[in-house]
Amino acid sequence: MASGAELTSKEYITHHLTNWSVGEGFWTWHVDTLGWSILTGLIFLFSFRAVAKKANAGVPTKWQCAVEMVVEFVNDTVKSTFHGKSAVIAPLALTIFVWVFLMNLMDLIPVDFIPYSAQLIGGAMGYDPAHVYMKVVPTTDLNMTIALALGVFILMIGYSIKIKGVGGFIKELTTQPFNTPWLYWFNFILEIVALLAKPLSLALRLFGNLYAGELIFILIALLGVWQLPLHFPWAMFHILVITLQAFIFMVLTVVYLSMAHEKH
Amino acid sequence: MNINATLIGELIAFLVFVIACMKWVWPPIIGAIETRQQKIADGLAASDRAEQDLRLAQENAKKQLIEAKAQGAALIDQAKKREAQIIEEAAVKAQAEREKILAQAKAEVEAERIRAKEDLRKQVAALAVAGAERILQREIDEAAHSDILEKLVAEL
Repeated sequence: MASGAELTSKEYITHHLTNWSVGEGFWTWHVDTLGWSILTGLIFLFSFRAVAKKANAGVPTKWQCAVEMVVEFVNDTVKSTFHGKSAVIAPLALTIFVWVFLMNLMDLIPVDFIPYSAQLIGGAMGYDPAHVYMKVVPTTDLNMTIALALGVFILMIGYSIKIKGVGGFIKELTTQPFNTPWLYWFNFILEIVALLAKPLSLALRLFGNLYAGELIFILIALLGVWQLPLHFPWAMFHILVITLQAFIFMVLTVVYLSMAHEKH
Repeated sequence: MNINATLIGELIAFLVFVIACMKWVWPPIIGAIETRQQKIADGLAASDRAEQDLRLAQENAKKQLIEAKAQGAALIDQAKKREAQIIEEAAVKAQAEREKILAQAKAEVEAERIRAKEDLRKQVAALAVAGAERILQREIDEAAHSDILEKLVAEL
């Protein structure tokens, strides 16, 4: 509890879960979510680009080895699920896996570290420290996870139409499971629900896991001295969670896109 | 937890990152990995081939060694046979030479003996005539008694 004794627990938690917002109504921008997600994305791109630029088939450097292990892991996962040919899906899966992993990784930075630093900087710049908000884990912002899921959803629709044609896609939505014209409307309702459930579950799963994890970190931080023995096991457990969530998001993306590629 | 413009910003960021990854990150890395995999597979195959070649060469060498040994043994056998043959031939030749020399010597001795005998006979004939002349103290008609003399000489 770095921000001082004048805050109650409720205020402390609320403060930690409030985004740094700019703008009004719908046109509100969460500067922290955007900033940290773009920063982690750039870290991913530049560190991998450094390898890609010098990539050769000879004896790899250690960093190249590490990057290649990740790339090969993603490639194997994609190959075992998706059997078509696509120049997009494998790089998409790699981007999702590493980017989501890095954003989740922000969760392991002690909860007060960056927000308190931001308050100090904000205070020094003449703002009221109590109104300097900094939420450092982008995946605990529903906007972030929905944006990812929406991107995947758009690709799903795009591939479905590209592979099966508009007619084929509509047929897929209406002619099953009951193949009688009287029940097409019923089929359509079922299939639309199933279709929309995919991106929604993607977004909410990631958001829920990370939000809950972050909340527990904040609650542990409220315990004073007792946070030390508790923080450590939860952080260790969380290493598993953040990796697993990144992996699940990637695998489900690949699965949904390969389903969009299949003709029934 | 309100949905707002951040979503649009993140969607654009997502799109940009995926395209950047697709253009600049994925192809070179996966290319390098696949090339290296190919290289390693080739290397393993080459080492397998080399091992087989080595085994073949070793077998070949062993075979050639055995052949060479057999050839050497045959050569030695041949040489021994030839040696024995040469010695035998030399012995035969020497024997023949010896006999030839011996025969020549014998012939020479015989000729010498015949000549000596002839000389001796002639001298004995002359001696006998001289002896008879002296015994008879008179001239003997050589022509009349030559047949007797001839007989005498022949008896020598």
